[in-house]
Amino acid sequence: MPAEPPIDTPRHLFEAYELLAAGPIRPIAGGTDVMVQITGELGPIPERMLDLSRIDALRGIALEADGLVLGAATTYTEIRRSALCREHLPALVEAAATIGAAQIQNRGTLGGNIANASPAGDTLPILLAADATILVGGQRGERQLAAAEFFTGYRQTALAPDELILQVRFPLRPGRELRFRKVGTRRAQAISKVVLAIAWRDLGAPGWADVRVALGSVAPTPIRAAVTEAVLEGARPTPAVADLAAETLADELAPIDDVRSTAEYRRTVAARVLHRLLRDAGGW
Amino acid sequence: MPTRTLTPPTETVERALIVDPGQRVPGRARAYPLRREGPAKLTGAAKYTDDLVFPGAWYGATIRSTEAHARLLAIEPDPDADWSKVVIVTAADIPGHNVVASIKDDQPILVPVGGEIQHHAEPVALLAAPDRETLRQLKGRIRLVTEQLPAVFDPEVSAHVFAQYEIKDGDLEAGFGEAELVLEGSYRVGHQEQLYIENQAIIAVPAEGGGIEIHGSMQCPYYVHNALKRALQMDNVQARVIQEETGGGFGGKEEYPSMVALHASLLALKCRRPVRMIYDRHEDISATTKRHPAVIRHRTGVKRDGTIVAQDIQIVMDGGAYCTLTPVVLSRGALHAGGPYRCPNVRIRARATRTNTPPNGAFRGFGAPQVEFAVETHLNRIAEALELSPAEIRRCNAYDEGDRTPTGQVLRDSVAAHEALEQAVAASHFERFRAMTAAEAKARRGSGTIPEEPYRTGASRTARGIGLALGWHGAGFTGAGEVHLASVASVELTADGRIRVLTAQTEMGQGTKTIFPQLIARELGVPVDWVEYPSQDTAEVPNSGPTVASRTAMVVGGLCIKAARRLKAEVEGRNGGLPFHEVFRDDAASHGATRIDERFEPFPGEPFDEERYRGDAYPAFGWAAAVATVQVDLDTGEVSVQDVIAVDEVGTVIHPILCEGQVEGGTLQAVGYATIEEMKVEDGRYVNDRLATYLIPTALDAPHIRSILVEAPYPHVPHGAKGVGELPMDVGAPAVVAAIHDATGTWITELPATPERILAALAASSPEAAA
Ligand SMILES: Cc1cc2nc3c(=O)[nH]c(=O)nc-3n(C[C@H](O)[C@H](O)[C@H](O)COP(=O)(O)OP(=O)(O)OC[C@H]3O[C@@H](n4cnc5c(N)ncnc54)[C@H](O)[C@@H]3O)c2cc1C
Repeated sequence: MPAEPPIDTPRHLFEAYELLAAGPIRPIAGGTDVMVQITGELGPIPERMLDLSRIDALRGIALEADGLVLGAATTYTEIRRSALCREHLPALVEAAATIGAAQIQNRGTLGGNIANASPAGDTLPILLAADATILVGGQRGERQLAAAEFFTGYRQTALAPDELILQVRFPLRPGRELRFRKVGTRRAQAISKVVLAIAWRDLGAPGWADVRVALGSVAPTPIRAAVTEAVLEGARPTPAVADLAAETLADELAPIDDVRSTAEYRRTVAARVLHRLLRDAGGW
Repeated sequence: MPTRTLTPPTETVERALIVDPGQRVPGRARAYPLRREGPAKLTGAAKYTDDLVFPGAWYGATIRSTEAHARLLAIEPDPDADWSKVVIVTAADIPGHNVVASIKDDQPILVPVGGEIQHHAEPVALLAAPDRETLRQLKGRIRLVTEQLPAVFDPEVSAHVFAQYEIKDGDLEAGFGEAELVLEGSYRVGHQEQLYIENQAIIAVPAEGGGIEIHGSMQCPYYVHNALKRALQMDNVQARVIQEETGGGFGGKEEYPSMVALHASLLALKCRRPVRMIYDRHEDISATTKRHPAVIRHRTGVKRDGTIVAQDIQIVMDGGAYCTLTPVVLSRGALHAGGPYRCPNVRIRARATRTNTPPNGAFRGFGAPQVEFAVETHLNRIAEALELSPAEIRRCNAYDEGDRTPTGQVLRDSVAAHEALEQAVAASHFERFRAMTAAEAKARRGSGTIPEEPYRTGASRTARGIGLALGWHGAGFTGAGEVHLASVASVELTADGRIRVLTAQTEMGQGTKTIFPQLIARELGVPVDWVEYPSQDTAEVPNSGPTVASRTAMVVGGLCIKAARRLKAEVEGRNGGLPFHEVFRDDAASHGATRIDERFEPFPGEPFDEERYRGDAYPAFGWAAAVATVQVDLDTGEVSVQDVIAVDEVGTVIHPILCEGQVEGGTLQAVGYATIEEMKVEDGRYVNDRLATYLIPTALDAPHIRSILVEAPYPHVPHGAKGVGELPMDVGAPAVVAAIHDATGTWITELPATPERILAALAASSPEAAA
């Protein structure tokens, strides 16, 4: 392993912002991605590191008027234990429970998953399906970004080098349903081969509204499947709709072969997972 | 024949899992000695190689090829870098032969300039530096100038043959002539990584008089010793090898540590300091040996009642770029290829060839898991074709005492194929469970297992299945191997009254250090704590052969017992027949030390003819059966192995807890082999050469394993033990694959049975694809 870069551990956001502005400096939250990159020599080794673990402003889970707000440094274990998350966003709790295993869940953070921007990041389809917004900030001020605009390319984000992710805001819409399913190679410590989240509001006779179908591990970034969403918008989860939605999704996706799986498998399984979720929603 | 079954009292085990503080539970370990090195390992006090401190030691690294086949034209250190504080070693620095001594001396320690690089990650040069950071920076600044050569990756195409054998018995044509069904099948298995917890690790320390002292993680100190003597031109004393606490081996530390030790030694001799050669996981996976991939073809003739009348089997193994132990792996593969079944007309043709991939080598099972996956899956397919139960077809064909194997070996002793089979069938309620899964499959049909549309799901998401496999494993070295080894083991009463067992058998987690003192204490009538088991140091212990081939308990354990009996007789004889435990201290004080060296004597039977492949291939066989139940997700092809009943007949059980540990570990390793362990190779390079990408089962993926030990003692060793290490590895994979078939109706003929392969097979067998 290479030598350790020097680390700054500020307690306040403004100190962190100053250090970032003076850069180059690499934020580290739980370290579960950064440390793998350093020890595996998978990229340039950071010159300095910015430890975010002592900044209280980045922590905490709160229910606000328009949604559930999670500090960027919230760990998966905190999410799993949070009564608020379990009540208002059970799919996120479910996703948190599939990430790595206990040790990773104790250290890994939501903000780290987002900033790392792996196409396989398991929370990211939930952010997309829930219309989450991401609050980022730096010396130049704060900005709100929609999750859908955040992931700009393979492991690329809209975050500037002098900014931090501060919070994630999940709007809570009455009647919204959100489901999550991850397919990995084994039952723990598995990076997704396909991960899918679907959200909708059931308006009764007029059918489903605000349908979101979001996926990971099938494209260079986490994505929303817009064509499939259009098929489901205003429809009901009948067998015919499920067939059409699954086929549409299979056509819409262009996954690749890589070390974890094949394009064909990803396409088929994504479509079937959607079909199954629609079957369960339709109760047939 | 006397057999006995040890069925574990499971309630006790389960209750023992929840213990309140201060509470005491009657553990099953009672009456059996605790693992000798257990407390140190549990508390973290155990020192593995990388924990050892040698003041002033430098760090070593290996510069490796990045091509599969090329001519090495030059090794060019960057002229702009500062090389004054480090040492570089190339092939030119090797004083003796530039070979890693093995069966054929074809593998260089370092590729010489002008020579050929034969595989990706092949060692070309070595570098040592006083600190890790310097090492890391300079490592990337040595350039290899090469000229690319065409590479061969397909073992079936390769013309370079490392070994080939043919075993023939009876009249094949006549056999097929009387067959009422002939079934052909082709089976493939890929690489498997041993994935011991501790990576390869060696520290070389220059000794006075130009010698070298090796401390390291290894299975076979004398293999390393021999390799050092050849390459460094040293004598028995100048080269000294000491095994340190070893975190697992599984065969992966049989031959490869010789390479690491040679590298560390060359650097240490050049920089005149201790050199630490500790691999990280990435280097370990990308460069060290794996289980041999193989293609196995079967053509089998059977009668309508299931009786096998003809077997024609062809095996091609991929040896990788150098020979290493391939001829012996292939030999074991050929000898086990027919499975534990009587067949009068047999032809087994086996060949292993060279490809431009890292060399393959020893791995638990040593050629048998590959061929037993093939034969068991093939037999299950025959049973399906004949509409026979998998248990019934095995009852009809499994070996009995007095049967003859394809090499003409008459099975005289310790034959327990039927006992293993019946125990597994009964314990798993095999037929009842099978009837249940058949009913479930019938209920699913139509709504189903194979939806009419590729992206449609069926009404039920999961399907259950059950599968059975039977296996055998030759005990000890193959053929005349033990005779060639001529192992020596010793028991010593020292002048100060200590009892010491001296062997080269290493502890790598499997229990050597515990069972040897246990066996000897019992012979001598003394408490087990009184028997010492000194460390595996070539300056101290005799060459009792390698710790491989499940031979330790059976062969070397037998030698130790014989030595102990002689020691006891000698001491008691000198002391008027008084029992050993009463007199040995006084005897030592008055008489001085007594050391008994016991040398291996051939087992009775027909000596093996290595030219014709006739005779007794093994003194005896161990027998195993496995029944696996799985749940398959029909949407995604994900397999969850739920339960495995593992029945293993190992001769006398010495230590039931350690023995069950071997069965459980081997079974889980087989489940990984069956389901997810896959080495992906591109242009001769392992692509998933990290723990993040080479996946093995986690605790959550582990099935509930129930091990049932059966004893049919082997009469020609004093304690009746046959060995257990490899046996469970042979049967797990075919049992799981049979269970996947039972659940899905599709046969997976290539390991691992990944969800990708299962969905592809289901798609190919759908009515649409057939049309
Ligand atoms: C064994 C193992 C298993 C894993 N399993 C999974 C899995 O199943 N699913 C999954 O999705 N991931 C998995 N991961 C990846 C990882 O755990 C997650 O991505 C985790 O959320 C990263 O969070 P962290 O706090 O550890 O990030 P870190 O490693 O600390 O940081 C990751 C990146 O984000 C940046 N960063 C962190 N916080 C901020 C912030 N507030 N503002 C700006 N930038 C920031 C860092 O600079 C770095 O670039 C696994 C990792 C390991 C080692």
